[in-house]
Amino acid sequence: MSNEAVLHAHSGAHDGHEDHSHEHHEQSFISKYVFSQDHKMIAKQFLITGMVWAVLGGLMSVLFRLQLGYPDANFPWLETILGKWAKGGHITPEAYYALVTTHGTVLVFFVLTAGLSGTFANFLIPLQIGARDMASPFMNMLSYWFFFAASIVMLSSIFVETGPFSGGWTAYPPLSALGDASPGSKSGMDLWIVSMALFVVSSLLGGLNYIATILNMRTKGMSMTRLPLTIWALFFTAVLGVLSFPVLFSGFILLIFDRNFGTSFYLSDIFINGVGALPNEGGSAILYQHLFWFLGHPEVYIILLPAMGMVSEILSVNSRKPIFGYMAMIGSLFAIAILAFLVWAHHMFVTGLNPLLGSVFVLLTLLIAVPSAIKVFNWLTTLWRGNIRFTPGMLFAIGFVSLFISGGLTGIWLGNSALDIHLHDTYFVIAHFHIVMGVASMFGMFAGIYHWFPKMYGKFMNNTLAYIHFWVTIAGAYMIFWPMHYEGLAGMPRRYYDYSIWESFKQFQGLNQFISLVAMVVFAVQFLFLFNFFYSIFKGRKVTTQNPWESNTLEWTAPINPGHGNWPGEIPEVYRWAYDYGKDGVDFIPQTTPVGADESVEH
Amino acid sequence: MTIYLTIAVIILIFVVIFQISKASEYVSTLKGDEVSRKQNNKINGFLMVVFLVLGLFGVWYCNHVLFDKTLLAHDSASVEGARVDSMLWVTLAVTGIVFIGTQIVLFWFAFKYQEKENRKVFYFPHSNALEVLWTVVPAIALTVLVVIGLRNWFLFTGAPPQNAMQVEVTGKQFGWIFRYPGKDGAFGKKYYKNIDAATNTIGLLWDDQLTHDDVVTEQTMYVVKGKPVKLIIGSRDVIHDVGLSQFRLKMDAVPGIPTTMWFTPKYTTAEMKEITGNPNFVYEISCDQMCGNGHYSMKGIIEVVSQEDFDLWMAKQKPYYLNAFPEKDPSNAPAADSAKTVKPAVPKM
Repeated sequence: MSNEAVLHAHSGAHDGHEDHSHEHHEQSFISKYVFSQDHKMIAKQFLITGMVWAVLGGLMSVLFRLQLGYPDANFPWLETILGKWAKGGHITPEAYYALVTTHGTVLVFFVLTAGLSGTFANFLIPLQIGARDMASPFMNMLSYWFFFAASIVMLSSIFVETGPFSGGWTAYPPLSALGDASPGSKSGMDLWIVSMALFVVSSLLGGLNYIATILNMRTKGMSMTRLPLTIWALFFTAVLGVLSFPVLFSGFILLIFDRNFGTSFYLSDIFINGVGALPNEGGSAILYQHLFWFLGHPEVYIILLPAMGMVSEILSVNSRKPIFGYMAMIGSLFAIAILAFLVWAHHMFVTGLNPLLGSVFVLLTLLIAVPSAIKVFNWLTTLWRGNIRFTPGMLFAIGFVSLFISGGLTGIWLGNSALDIHLHDTYFVIAHFHIVMGVASMFGMFAGIYHWFPKMYGKFMNNTLAYIHFWVTIAGAYMIFWPMHYEGLAGMPRRYYDYSIWESFKQFQGLNQFISLVAMVVFAVQFLFLFNFFYSIFKGRKVTTQNPWESNTLEWTAPINPGHGNWPGEIPEVYRWAYDYGKDGVDFIPQTTPVGADESVEH
Repeated sequence: MTIYLTIAVIILIFVVIFQISKASEYVSTLKGDEVSRKQNNKINGFLMVVFLVLGLFGVWYCNHVLFDKTLLAHDSASVEGARVDSMLWVTLAVTGIVFIGTQIVLFWFAFKYQEKENRKVFYFPHSNALEVLWTVVPAIALTVLVVIGLRNWFLFTGAPPQNAMQVEVTGKQFGWIFRYPGKDGAFGKKYYKNIDAATNTIGLLWDDQLTHDDVVTEQTMYVVKGKPVKLIIGSRDVIHDVGLSQFRLKMDAVPGIPTTMWFTPKYTTAEMKEITGNPNFVYEISCDQMCGNGHYSMKGIIEVVSQEDFDLWMAKQKPYYLNAFPEKDPSNAPAADSAKTVKPAVPKM
C-alpha cells in the first residue's frame, strides 16, 4: 500500500523509456517467453534453469553431507522422500554414490557452464559490443532448448529403477561401461550419456554463436582492444568449449560402443564377480581418461573465465578506477586458454602414466600459476587508491578474488606430481577445486547477477538481503572447505560413504558433522538470494536512471528495459576503451563519449 | 513432528529477515539513496576488516585443532614419504606467505579505499615495471618448486633398488589380493580367463612351473622394515587405486595395464603404534579410485615386520598351487607319496 508508494515515488517520471522498446513487432506469449530468439530472454532462460539445477544439486549435497555428518543416525523423513534409496531413514550406498555423481555432473555442466556462461554470454555479448542480437538468434534458441532437453533426460535418470549413474561425474570406464559392475551403470548411465551428448550439442551451438558474434558484430569503433574484459573472457571461454567439447563427445561415443555394441576401446582383462571373464581384450581404460580430461581441464576454465571477466569489470566499475593492466589481463586470459589444453594429464599422475610425460605436465601445469598471479595482482592494484563502493556485486567480486587466491594456491601443491602422488583423490582435492572453481565461480555468477539485474529486469534487488547473503556465504564457504585440507593431509579419500571402519580416517567424525551443519546453513541462506531474485523481478525498487552504477560500457546506454534489438534508434558508436574511470579527474567517461581535445592520451 | 517444527522455525526466521530487509529499503528510500548507500558502504568496509581478522584467527584455530589429526603430526612411515613431507613443507611456506600476504592486502585495500567524500582516485591503467615484477617473481618461485618436485618424482617413479622384494597387488570389487613370487623369486604367468572365484582368484597358468610356488593371500600384505618393496599393481575388474597414506604414495590399479610403485618401510607396525600413540594403529590400504558401491569398504592391511618375522610368516604360507590342487599337497598325501612329488607334475589345463 503506502509502502509501495514510497518505494516507487521517485520512479514514475522516467518510465517513458520503456515505450520505445515495444515499437517493432507484436509478440505472442510463446515467441516472447518460450521459443524466444531474443538473446536477453534466452539468457534469462539459461539463468533460471541454472538456478533450478543449482537448488537440486545443492540439495543433493545436503543429503549426502547428512550421511557423512551423521552416519549412524536415522531420519525417517528421508525414507518418505527417497523411498527405497533411504530404507529405514538411512541413505544407502547406491543412493549416496548416485547423489555424489549427479551433484558433480549437474553443478559442473548445468549450473556453472550453462547457467554461468550461457546466461552472461547471451546477455552481455550483444549489449556490450553494440549488436542488436546474436549472429544467429535461431541457433541461440536451439542452444537453450538442447540444454533443456539435456536437463529433462538427466532428471528422468533419477527415476529409473536401477538408479541414476553412480560412478562419479568423470564416469571412468570400466565402471561406467559395465552394468554388471554397478547398478548405476545400467540404464541410468545410458540416460547420463544421452543427456551429456545433448549438452555438448547445446554448448557447441552456443559457443559458435558467441565467437561469430564477437568477431563480426561489434559496433563502429569497437575494436578488439576496446572490448570490456567480460567479452574477452567470454570469447576465450567459447573458444575453449568449441575446441574441447567434441573430444569429450568422441570419448562418449566410444563408451556407447563399448557399452552396447561389444567393442573393446576401453575394456581389457576383466572378470566380474558373478558374471565371469568378459571377452573384451586389448582396450585401454586410460584412453577414456585422456579424452575426458582433454575436455575436463579446459572445462575448469570454461567455468572460471566468465567469472574472471565479470569480476574484472565489476571491480573496476565499483573502484571507480580503470582495471589495472588491461592488456596484461587479455594476455593472461590468452595464456590460460592456451595452457588449458596442455595440462589435462595432471589429473592422471597416478594412473601409471609415463613419468617423463608426467614431468612435462608438471611443468606446464605450474606455468598456469604465472598468468593467474598476474590476474590476482592486477585485481589488487585495481583496488589500490580507488574509491570503493560496496554494491552487492562488488562484495561478491572481492569474495571471488579471495577464494581464487585460496583455491589457486593449493593448485600449486596438486600440480606438482610428487605431492599429488600423496594428495590425489583425497579431501585436499575436494577442498582445492570446490574453492577455486566451484565456490569462486559461483561468486562470479552472484556478482554478475547482482550487477546486471537492473539491466535484466529494470529493478534493483534488495541490498540488505544481498549483504546477508554475501557475508554468510563467504564465511560458510571457508568453514566448509578450509578444514577439508586437513582431512586431505590425513590421506582421507574422496567418495567414501562411511569412514567409521577406517582407523586412519575415523578421527574426523566430529569435523564432518561440523562441515555438514555449515553446509546446511549455507544452503538455506541461498534461498534468501532466490527469494530476493524472484521477488525483485516483480516488486523490486524500479531502476530510474539508465546507468545506475555509473558505468562506461554500452549496455547502460540502452533503455532501462530494452526491447528486442536493444537500442531503439541507431546503435551507439564507440570512441574509447571501457575503463576511463577517474581519468583527468572525471568520475567516468562512457565509451560513447568522443575523445576531447584536451584529454590526456592514455588509451 | 520435530521436522515440521524445524521447518516452521526456519520459515519464521526467513520471514523476519525479509521484513527487516524490506523495512531497511523503505528507510533508505526515505533517507535518500545516496545517504543510505554511504552508510551501507561504511558497514561493509568495516566488515571487510572484521572478516580478515576473524578469518586469520580461524586459520590459526583450525590448524590448532586439526593438525594432530593429520599425518604431519608424526614421521612418514616410508623413507620416500619423508621427501614428500619435506617438499610439502617447502610448498606450504611459499604458498602460505603468498596466501597471508594477498588476503591481507585484498581486505585491507577494500577497507582503506572505501568510498570517501573528496577522495580523488588515482588513474593508474598500467605499469610495465609492476607487471614484469609479478610475472618474474612467481615464475622463479615456481621453477624452484618444479625442480624439487621433479627430482622426487623421478625417484618415486624410477627403478627400485636392487634388493627390493616384489609383491603383486590385484584389486577387485571390493578387496585386495596379494601374490609373492615364492622361493624361485619369480612370478608365474597368469591370464584373466583362467580366473576361478574359488580356487584361482587371479587366473594363474598352472602350465607355467613358476606359478607352482607362488603364494597368494588376501586382505593382508606382509612387508619387511627397511627393505624396499616393489608393488606390481593390477586390477581384475574396474579401476582401483592402492592408497598408502602413511607411506605418502598411491598408484592406480588398471585392468589390463600393470603399474608399479615402490617404497621402503621405515617403521614396523608395532613401532608405529608407539609413534602414533594409537594401540589400534594399522597400516591401511585405502582404495582411492571410485570403484562401485562398496568403494568405501575396500580395505587392505599392510603388516610391516622385521625380516625374521617375515621369514617365519612366509614359512607358514602354502603355495597357491596346493590350494587349487589339494591332492598334490604333501601334507594331505600319504607319507610314502610325498617323497615322490618333490617336483609336482603339470596338470592338464
